Amino acid sequence: MQDSLKSSSYQQLEKKSKYTNMFLRWFLYFILILFASYFIFPLYVMVVTSLKTMEEIRQGTLLSWPSGLNLESWAVAWGGRGYGAGDTFLRPYFWNSIKMVVPAVFFSTFIGAMTGYVLTKWRFKGDQWVFLFLLFGCFIPFQAILLPMARTLGVLGISNSVIGLVLVHTVYGIPFTTLFFRNYYISVPTELVKAARIDGAGFFKIFFKILLPISAPIIVVTVIWQFTQIWNDFLFGSTFSFGEAAPIQVALNNMVLSSTSVKEYNVDMASAIIAGIPTLIVYVLAGKYFIRGLTSGAVKG
Amino acid sequence: MKTLKIEELSKNFGSTEVLKKINLEIDEGNFLVLLGPSGCGKSTLLNIIAGLETINEGDVFIDDYNVSKVEPKDRNIAMVFQSYALYPSMNVKENMIFGLKQAKTSKEKIQEQLEKVSKFLQVDQLLERKPSQLSGGQRQRVAIGRALVREPRIFLFDEPLSNLDAKLRVEMRREIKKLHQQLKTTVVYVTHDQTEAMSLGTNIAIMNHGVIQQNDTPEKIYNKPSNTFVADFIGSPSMNLIKGILKENSVDLLFTVSGSNLEIPIKDYDFKDKSNLNNKEVYFGIRPEHIFFKKFNESDFEINLRADLSEYIGHEQIMTFDYANQEVLAKFPSTIKIDLGKETKLYFDLTQASLFDAQTEERI
Repeated sequence: MQDSLKSSSYQQLEKKSKYTNMFLRWFLYFILILFASYFIFPLYVMVVTSLKTMEEIRQGTLLSWPSGLNLESWAVAWGGRGYGAGDTFLRPYFWNSIKMVVPAVFFSTFIGAMTGYVLTKWRFKGDQWVFLFLLFGCFIPFQAILLPMARTLGVLGISNSVIGLVLVHTVYGIPFTTLFFRNYYISVPTELVKAARIDGAGFFKIFFKILLPISAPIIVVTVIWQFTQIWNDFLFGSTFSFGEAAPIQVALNNMVLSSTSVKEYNVDMASAIIAGIPTLIVYVLAGKYFIRGLTSGAVKG
Repeated sequence: MKTLKIEELSKNFGSTEVLKKINLEIDEGNFLVLLGPSGCGKSTLLNIIAGLETINEGDVFIDDYNVSKVEPKDRNIAMVFQSYALYPSMNVKENMIFGLKQAKTSKEKIQEQLEKVSKFLQVDQLLERKPSQLSGGQRQRVAIGRALVREPRIFLFDEPLSNLDAKLRVEMRREIKKLHQQLKTTVVYVTHDQTEAMSLGTNIAIMNHGVIQQNDTPEKIYNKPSNTFVADFIGSPSMNLIKGILKENSVDLLFTVSGSNLEIPIKDYDFKDKSNLNNKEVYFGIRPEHIFFKKFNESDFEINLRADLSEYIGHEQIMTFDYANQEVLAKFPSTIKIDLGKETKLYFDLTQASLFDAQTEERI
């Protein structure tokens, strides 16, 4: 008697908790969808607007669907209208940015890997101070170094050039890349280096043959980080370059702000998307490794 | 000619003295174990022999050549590490021949060495695998193989079994022993495990605080420890050290504890110096396994002690007795029944006893 009473009340409880669980689950999905749409909203507006004609933009609302796949504004953003003076378009600046970003990412990553290697595997007296000063580089506001850097570039004769920007970005990337590689290499057993030394490998051989081949996760992290930083940089680009040598973010700014007549929202949106696409591609291709690399250093080599 | 000779070697990290005036010699084909608690400097000493650490004072000789300033690769040594230190990006074969390739050995010679060693260590089926695909024991074997292919004069082992589980450790220990019996190469082996040290070494150097406490055969280390540190470090449970004084009367020398009527006669003890023994403060040392529950030898000394504690560990039991307010441990078969809190007849095998000066803690 007692038992059956008990079991029926348990059944009720079970039923009740089932409904509660179901409700909570739907509520959770609702919240998640709400936030997701909140984040996707600006992108939606950008894409939709870039596909509209100016006529449509003036008459429709922000959210309305475009009448068709109108790619003209994309063509204008990328290649211009084809008439002479005052026509700004992204193509030449896009290549400027590529010419700046590829060497700057390569050199800053490589130098960071080397520095991290030395700071963890070839310890020397005062190496902790060196690391500490390098870390300062991560925290110095970039505005603070604009003037001295401009002077340096002037003395070197590479101001207002892509090479100058490569140098600036390489130098200011090193603190971050060093931090990444140092934290990764510190979890790699030093016995590996000892074994290689007994086997007769030297400083560079150990780096290239033993450590670099196992650094793929942290290289991916560093490349993504540096690529995003350098590609999206506006401050250095606008300070140290103008006109022909400017990177894409500066050109984008000029394009959007300098239009004299009517604001062409569709062209502006298309330009902004074009300027953002490379970082998106890098994330999509390597994002999986990004998360893995960020956590792998912390747990195990 | 000694295969390895270390003379007056000192090493410090900043103001910390890690090694103090170490002297050590190894004959060809011997197996020397450096044994000691963590932080005693044994790994540093091994790294110095390998050439991975610099020396502050003193010299290291290999085959009578002073190698103190010679690069590790030119010392004709090979080393096996605790973490195996296999190169993660290379497969087993590449791992094993990496050193030979660096030394610009001919292709034929490399192939010959690789085949010989991989067959010998039974890793010839694993040559294409990456270290991450190997088990702990296989990794250990490959690490040893990488050392073997170089045909070194001296093998250095840095706690090679510490990362293995208990069962595998015993197996690999036997394999290393067999390996040494077959190859007869000189070995220096670092460990903190006394069982490993005892079973592997032809010689054991016990270290503490950067000083070699005793360098002897395993039998001497066990039977005639040169000081209380060695006596305490070797054996499980460690040697009983009872504090008391020596009394000389007309016939015998007696060991007594003040405030107690217990007396142990010291006969046929091999004193280093027979003078000034009367009233000397000493430790009387006897191992738990040399205390019996019945008379085995004619010379065994009978004594009555109170049993305080019994620890059952399966094949044996460890009993704690009270000796004039000092604890004395004894090891008996677990089948013997001894009542706690009662006086029990015990027999000390006095031929196995040791005496230490209470001040200097050195054997007398």
